Amino acid sequence: MLELRHVSKLFFAGTADEKIALAKINLSLKPGDFVTVIGSNGAGKSTLMNVISGVLTPDAGEVLIDGAAVHLLPEYRRSRWIGRVFQDPMAGTAPHMTIEENLAMAYKRGKPRGLQLGVTRAKRAFFQEQLARLNLGLHTRLRAKVGQLSGGERQALSLLMATFTEPQILLLDEHTAALDPSRAELVTRLTESIVREMKLTTLMVTHNMEQAIRLGNRLIMMDKGRIILDIDESRKKDLTVEQLLREFERISGHKMADDRVVFG
Amino acid sequence: MLAILESLPKAIEFGLLFAFLSLGVYITFRILDFPDLTVDGSFTTGGAIAAVMITHGYSPWLSTVAAFGGGCAAGAVTGLLHTKGRINGLLSGILMMIALYSINLRIMGVPNVSLLGEPTIFSSGVSPMLISAVGAVVVKLLIDLFFRTDLGLSLRATGDNARMIRSFGVNTDNSKMLGISLSNGLVAISGALFAQYGGFADNSQGIGMIVIGLASVIIGEAIFGTRTIFWATLAAVFGAVFYWIVYTVALESEWLRLEASDMKMITALIVIVALVIPTAQRALKQRSVARRRSAELAGMAADTEHGGGR
Repeated sequence: MLELRHVSKLFFAGTADEKIALAKINLSLKPGDFVTVIGSNGAGKSTLMNVISGVLTPDAGEVLIDGAAVHLLPEYRRSRWIGRVFQDPMAGTAPHMTIEENLAMAYKRGKPRGLQLGVTRAKRAFFQEQLARLNLGLHTRLRAKVGQLSGGERQALSLLMATFTEPQILLLDEHTAALDPSRAELVTRLTESIVREMKLTTLMVTHNMEQAIRLGNRLIMMDKGRIILDIDESRKKDLTVEQLLREFERISGHKMADDRVVFG
Repeated sequence: MLAILESLPKAIEFGLLFAFLSLGVYITFRILDFPDLTVDGSFTTGGAIAAVMITHGYSPWLSTVAAFGGGCAAGAVTGLLHTKGRINGLLSGILMMIALYSINLRIMGVPNVSLLGEPTIFSSGVSPMLISAVGAVVVKLLIDLFFRTDLGLSLRATGDNARMIRSFGVNTDNSKMLGISLSNGLVAISGALFAQYGGFADNSQGIGMIVIGLASVIIGEAIFGTRTIFWATLAAVFGAVFYWIVYTVALESEWLRLEASDMKMITALIVIVALVIPTAQRALKQRSVARRRSAELAGMAADTEHGGGR
């Protein structure tokens, strides 16, 4: 479904600040895989997401979706395969537009946009039905501006917008990190049920170790632009946070340095 | 006082001619969040194209449509400079404005083309006010409709959250170019109408138009608000009318002793005041809320201490 072959990315190439963000990454996801990604600060987790989504172009290597090389396509052309939720709850929605308008834009993900009406009666009914699944009461506020919603509500809406058109690949970039614990829990629960229901191939970066172990069927750990640990479903089941940290120190040779890490 | 009342209809007519300019500026300034200075050039382009075509025997209506096309082309170039050329937005507009000064002269051949005795869309006998009012309302409604289509929504999102709409597959470079192009097309319609109404096209007609457009948009917003696109475009249309009423009243009033040449400064002042006040208001409000909340929190702390002593 998703495959990365020898993908490398260098920041500030040729200057004193040169930094290897990704070093010959190889990664292959089968359809329906739900992979959690953890790693210390600057490990390359976000760069990995950006190279897949097209925000960044890799310096070397290939990104394939469904067997087709996409690494040279700009972000807006890759969106037909990819749904995305950002860390910042403000980033995934347009604040001065209404909930239904935001959903109408997401509904057309990766498709040509012409002069048809964005919100039609039929679509509105569909949006209502989708919003009702969030259990946040948003289905009664279709015409409210998104800027009036709380961070948690906006992130839940972003998640719905990224997923309700069933993308081939879902990228979640620490999408619960900026929320308070109860809201983060809510969005995590929604993520779990949506991914399971739609069998979405998902890559999720998280700082929450416990979450990384509990969610998904595979866990990868990154350090200094490399994947240093790849744990499959059977081994992941009995994993503990302590084991994970010990394993990290053993392979990388240093302690997990992360100011935001949550041990669960 | 009587002089002011007598000149009111003229002010309203003027306002309706400039409603297209105001709608155009609304699209770039508010929807795309792009301050586009091309306007000073494309306004003249509209007048120049219309005047030259009319004096060559073309229908005034066709000439006005051609003026729209010319404005769109000018806007598209500004958009290209900004998106593909990665030139700062303000600078792209300034560059295009300067280039248009020469281009407009080339279109007209001479700095001033007279339309005296030529047929214009206002020479049919129907009152100019009615023609421009109907035109402005129709265009306003078309814009409202456009911004509810899939394409229109993507344009609005480009100004509101470009990163988000890119992640849903929109090439924001294209939507910016489309918006700037459309905006300058509308501005050029105002230029074409203004030339036909005044009976001449002049190479310096467009100077200061961006500020008049901004003033109109801002005045309109202050009166009508911006809850929805419908209200915002209505505000742009009526903002232009109110601007010209204020302009006329200021010019006609005897104790102000203003000259027509002072009006650019007055317009700039209106825009400055309108831009500064909301920011200052927000800061003041935030400070008062913060002060009140701190006092409340301090009070709560004192209460708890008192309660603890019992």
